[in-house]
Amino acid sequence: MTTPGLARRKSKLDDWNRPPVIEPSGDGELLEVAMGPHHPSTHGVFRMDVALDGERVIRLKPVFGYLHRNHEKIAEDISYLGSMPYTDRLDYICPLTNNWAYALAVEKLVGQEVPERAEYLRVILGELTRVQNHASSIGFLIQEMGASGTPLMYAFREREKILDLFEALTGARMMCNYMRFGGCRVDATPAWLNATRKVVAGLPAFVDEFDQLLSSNEILMARTQGVGILRPELAVNAGVTGPMLRASGVNYDIRKVDGYGIYNRFNFRVPLGDHWDVYDRFMIRILEMRESIGILEQALKDIPGGPIMDPKAKLRGFRPKPGEAYGRIEAPKGELGFYLISDGGPNPYRYRVRPPSLINLTVLEDMCLGSDIADVVLIFGSVDIVLGEVDR
Amino acid sequence: MKTVEEIKAAIEAAVPGAGVEIVPNPSASAQHSLRLNPAHAVAIAKFLRDDAELALDFLSNVTGVDWPDKEIAEKVKVTRTVTRTVDGVEQTIEETVEETRTRVEPGCLEAVYHLFSVAKKHGPVVLRMRTVNRSTQLELPSVTPIWRSAEFQEREIFDLYGIVFAGHPDLRRLLMWDGFKDHPMRRDYVEPDDFEYEPTAHDEVLARAAAHRAEHSGQEAAAGQERTGGQ
Repeated sequence: MTTPGLARRKSKLDDWNRPPVIEPSGDGELLEVAMGPHHPSTHGVFRMDVALDGERVIRLKPVFGYLHRNHEKIAEDISYLGSMPYTDRLDYICPLTNNWAYALAVEKLVGQEVPERAEYLRVILGELTRVQNHASSIGFLIQEMGASGTPLMYAFREREKILDLFEALTGARMMCNYMRFGGCRVDATPAWLNATRKVVAGLPAFVDEFDQLLSSNEILMARTQGVGILRPELAVNAGVTGPMLRASGVNYDIRKVDGYGIYNRFNFRVPLGDHWDVYDRFMIRILEMRESIGILEQALKDIPGGPIMDPKAKLRGFRPKPGEAYGRIEAPKGELGFYLISDGGPNPYRYRVRPPSLINLTVLEDMCLGSDIADVVLIFGSVDIVLGEVDR
Repeated sequence: MKTVEEIKAAIEAAVPGAGVEIVPNPSASAQHSLRLNPAHAVAIAKFLRDDAELALDFLSNVTGVDWPDKEIAEKVKVTRTVTRTVDGVEQTIEETVEETRTRVEPGCLEAVYHLFSVAKKHGPVVLRMRTVNRSTQLELPSVTPIWRSAEFQEREIFDLYGIVFAGHPDLRRLLMWDGFKDHPMRRDYVEPDDFEYEPTAHDEVLARAAAHRAEHSGQEAAAGQERTGGQ
């Protein structure tokens, strides 16, 4: 697993978790390339300053901030509820899980209960979000590998069906603004639930087709196996979460660990990788889609009737008692957390988003060092980020 | 999982003179935190990560909080000696008067850490550290050598709050550009007058532009004139 010519940095600090220093070969002349902020593989405006020795990556420094709008400052100037629609814009591929994480943090802050039907609706929407996120992120990854169009269009065909469900329930395809502190905004009609059952019934066939199309593809295997290896001890130390962490073989799924919402009622497995490479990250997402479909089937079977909002929940004039809370969920990209400090006023004193996309990029340099520049695109694609959340 | 009191006792047993203080959290979440003395923070962090029972190997969230200087108005009872003329005779009497005094409680910047354990699947343990003040002594020890996940998050705090993390391997601004001055997440941050980014210039914007030009001389003013001159 060690790359030839890989020398450890000499330092007094505990430095096993730092990226290694690679000595250039030959005459040592380096080519410095700024990949981005308008490179098509960077999913938006992200820059990597790469130093190359021939084709080999010697150094890689990510540069952030092109989409920075100080989301946290804006949230500190408006009411608690006022931030809810703005959380949609963090990870705009998965608006509903952002809503959920924020609602969960506020509910922890004030000790708010959520009715059972609302919990079921949250699980259904959260898992639909996970399926469409994983499908499209695999589509993007393979698009960047050079398979122009086909896999991405397969993924987007399915994503479109799920976004139609979101639109029917919440009124918006991507900016859903659906969850509230103590429940959800509108109830699902029986017709919507039936439409969802129909879509969910079609998903296993889609995943099978996607799996058959891609998983044993010779080019995909040649390009991704053994590329971008991330050791489990480094993954944990660097705070990597979500499918990235599980592809490194670490069994940590917040749905299992915290059992937030009603996740401890459902049967599902946590897939783990054993080669820790880009192919494992691709495969983990396929397997997680299958588990999500299982959760969806159980939730759609058991969903009870009843209210979707706690009648005692306060939305307008909402002023939590002084204190603080950290709430987190297993978002499709990793651990999405919200940290709130209340001083008793109508606005949060401190509002912090723990963005999984940003923190998963901590190890980008470690994974890319010593590999070819063409693999950087793949390794970066396998992290699965959205710049709306990285830069906030 | 151990309670905060037990964790405090464990830290104080492992790191002599650590001086850990429990900060109670009155909200429903009941996530109480431990305030560390920055001088011992790295030793404490190492202990928390490597202790077999706690095994807090996963630093999830690092963030800053700004606590500005606070003016506190207090009513104080003051005893004074007053000389008064009572019935033609001068007397010295003691009198108690209530006075309102304001005192300034010095502010600080705070870093907050949320730790979890992947090995033992417990958490969160919340740690906090405070700088001495908000203007000159802004240094806190970096925990990046212990938990790599602090790398970008400490850079973000340095950028947005201005806490300087000693021992960070690469402390640069993360989100704002390198030439930027000031720290936007501080409570007393004033946004710049960015009239030039207004998409449709109208009278009010032109008036602000003129005021801006009057304030700034030289090249910047000339550039501003050029931009808004045609409208």
